[in-house]
Amino acid sequence: MKLNIGGITEAGLSKKNQTGNWRAFLPVVDKEKCNGCEICEVFCPEGCAEISGKSFCVNEFYCKGCGICAYECPVSALTMVASGGLSS
Amino acid sequence: MKRIEGRKGLVQGAVAIAETIKAVRPGVIAAYPITPQTLIVEHLGKLAADGKLEGKFINVDSEFSAASMVWGSVAAGVRSYTTSCSQGLLLMTEVIFNMAGTRLPVVFTAVNRSLSPPINIQVDHQDTMTLRDSGLIQIYVENIQEAVDTHVQIYKIAEDKDILLPAMVCMDAWILSHAYAPVTIWTEEEVEEFLPPFDPVFSLDPKRPLTFGALSNDPSLITEFKYMTHDALIRSKQKIEEAAWEFEELYGNYYGGLLEETYTEDADIILVAMGTMVGTIKVALQQLRNSGKKVGLVKVRSFRPFPDSELRAALGAAELVVVLDRSFSASFGGILGGEVKSCLYGTRGPAIINFVVGLGSREIYPETVFDIVTQAEMLAERGLSPETIFFNLNKELLPEAIFSI
Repeated sequence: MKLNIGGITEAGLSKKNQTGNWRAFLPVVDKEKCNGCEICEVFCPEGCAEISGKSFCVNEFYCKGCGICAYECPVSALTMVASGGLSS
Repeated sequence: MKRIEGRKGLVQGAVAIAETIKAVRPGVIAAYPITPQTLIVEHLGKLAADGKLEGKFINVDSEFSAASMVWGSVAAGVRSYTTSCSQGLLLMTEVIFNMAGTRLPVVFTAVNRSLSPPINIQVDHQDTMTLRDSGLIQIYVENIQEAVDTHVQIYKIAEDKDILLPAMVCMDAWILSHAYAPVTIWTEEEVEEFLPPFDPVFSLDPKRPLTFGALSNDPSLITEFKYMTHDALIRSKQKIEEAAWEFEELYGNYYGGLLEETYTEDADIILVAMGTMVGTIKVALQQLRNSGKKVGLVKVRSFRPFPDSELRAALGAAELVVVLDRSFSASFGGILGGEVKSCLYGTRGPAIINFVVGLGSREIYPETVFDIVTQAEMLAERGLSPETIFFNLNKELLPEAIFSI
């Protein structure tokens, strides 16, 4: 591989960047409590929290484990659980 | 032989620069009007409002935005321009490092003004010298005509496919920006003979998207990435020399390439300086020579790339080198002084004395130069190797505590 002048590269590389590797904690949902209100989806800065069906799910490839979804959840359905990056 | 005539007139420095930028035809100009600014932007704004400017003039909310805007427009393959002074240049700093790293040749005029505090709009070189580590090309000019001509040259240097770096013409505030002088300004057609259109290596196109400034936390790449900027800046030395020669051929004006030497061949004492004080030193030099003192002068035109081997060749045979700095690095001393010492290290070269002069528009007269030469001679005779001297520091003004320690 050779670097281009100025390190200019093809577009869309951030899609390949596994930011999930940075994660120390992963949000885990209590399906009994989750009411599918989508607040987590709105607040997730990376767009990787999602209400699918009627319950929370997370894209583990990108989720950095910032915990904003759990903080904002109005029914406390999300818990941040220690997670070793993409191991799961 | 000179073949281009230009238009001669009595013109204010800032207006001469604005008219030159118009002739260079940038596609995008972005600038913020204060903190502080000069008539360059005002005049370009007027040209835009009168429909006389080919490119787009974009008003922005800060110098950070101005720099970001032209970084983007050069990434889109468009020749661009911005200008600022003092604090405004510092606000652009983050973007300037990005321009140098992503190799996008934005051209700046820096009208040199002192930094706050105290809040002031006087002249010294502290603002631009503080940008020296960014990877930016910096040329310091002596008079208004050199400022005009260097703008035409610097676009060619910056946009060269082997270089591709941001570049800055540094001109002293007031003395050059606001003074009137007989100046020759070049028309669009006359500039075109010297300066080819900007032909970028990479540019943004919706049909072929690219990433400028990608993320990489990879320690095995970052050194090599940074080295590319270092290497390009060193290679620009040759381009600066070539641009100066080519310019002389067409337009008849020459101010030196990286350096300009005056009376250095037989000089015992050589002064080293940048910017407008060079003109004053040249006047003083005549009188010093008439009185039998073998004093010479090296004008550092290109501060970045730093002309290290050229300075060694120019200064090596002197007994005493006196570096006059219009800026300093606190606790270290004069910046140019430090770099001249560094490049002569290990050469068994001359003794070097460094003075800080002319901060915040403190006037530099020919008499100032005589005093400095006399002081330097005395210090050298005593065998002292003094630290940087703040010339004519008025100790009466300082609180006593400073001297009781």
